[in-house]
Amino acid sequence: MDNRKEQILRESGVNVRKCMKCGKCSGTCPSYDEMEYHPHQFVYMVENGEIDKLMASPSVFKCLTCFACVERCPRGVEPAKLIEAVRLEAVKRQGMNHLKSDQIPALLDDEMPQQAIVTAFRKYSK
Amino acid sequence: MNYSYYPGCTLKTKAKELDRYARSAAEALGITLNELPEWQCCGGAYTAANNEIATKLSAVRALMAAEEKGEDLVTLCSACHNVLKRVRDDLLNDEGFAFKVNQYLKPEKPYEGKTRVIHYLELLRDTVGFDAIAEKVMSPYAGTKIGAYYGCLLLRPGKVLAMDDPENPKIMEDFIRAIGGEPVIYPYRNECCGGYVTLEDKEMAKEKSRAVLNSAVGFGSDLLITACPLCLYNLNAVGTDTRVLYFTELLARALGAAD
Repeated sequence: MDNRKEQILRESGVNVRKCMKCGKCSGTCPSYDEMEYHPHQFVYMVENGEIDKLMASPSVFKCLTCFACVERCPRGVEPAKLIEAVRLEAVKRQGMNHLKSDQIPALLDDEMPQQAIVTAFRKYSK
Repeated sequence: MNYSYYPGCTLKTKAKELDRYARSAAEALGITLNELPEWQCCGGAYTAANNEIATKLSAVRALMAAEEKGEDLVTLCSACHNVLKRVRDDLLNDEGFAFKVNQYLKPEKPYEGKTRVIHYLELLRDTVGFDAIAEKVMSPYAGTKIGAYYGCLLLRPGKVLAMDDPENPKIMEDFIRAIGGEPVIYPYRNECCGGYVTLEDKEMAKEKSRAVLNSAVGFGSDLLITACPLCLYNLNAVGTDTRVLYFTELLARALGAAD
């Protein structure tokens, strides 16, 4: 087993082998249309060790972490945790923050709640 | 009744109404909310990774501060509620996490995560009681069809947050009945508004929120209520006529405690 796959499995605590490939996670995902790789693909691609493709895909930044897939998976696979782990691996690399603090002022408007900014920062940067 | 209270960053800035109405309504209901003196921002998001420690420490500090005062911790923002309950769950159920947190913070006695975290809605339901609230209502929302918008952070993961059935919740509908309104059950009430994605992809967030609004209005809602500043922002950004308000505002107005 390669190190990166092992890292993602440990970090997420997800057992990808529990997946029975029913597709419910992707069926219920609000970001489905925006994603190159969908939640069920994250599960089998991690299992296959295709981590680099996932880490390079904008899909990791489209997951809303709304946990619909986690709540509704009939096998308790928790795809959102897997996507979170892949995203963390992607942004932890040197210079690979998806959102940098000096980009933020231009993204704001008068009503934007602080909650959006701190959450995006947590999701997109390390 | 005394409770520690964690408002969070947004309730001090863009969501002052959520906070202000909650305080005046609590006062009218005989509940004292003691704001934690030196709370720090919860970070907005709980990071679901087994090796995350630092991003969860501000929540641990809030939990510890409430325990020191011997009070349960009340919170109101959906995001703070989500983070505080999940970090508490980690402390209780992940020995390795609790050990590292205690190593890092070095409290006088080890902190085990025993502080109870209660969302303001749970306070209304479980401590005050919706029947008791109904008796105190002076200006009921009679004839108003109100859609409860739960979004994602208030309910999921259901096992950890344990507020209500994550797929068929009723706490906000019961609240609406208590203030004399007519709850509207609609399919998208527990789907995501688009959340933080609005920061870099406005259109995507608007599309998610538009689906929620269409569902709520299609099933007959006159207005929507929420507990989450980001849900309110995203729904309003769609630019429809449907009003979206904090549930605390309706509570305070119904109790005659809005001013």
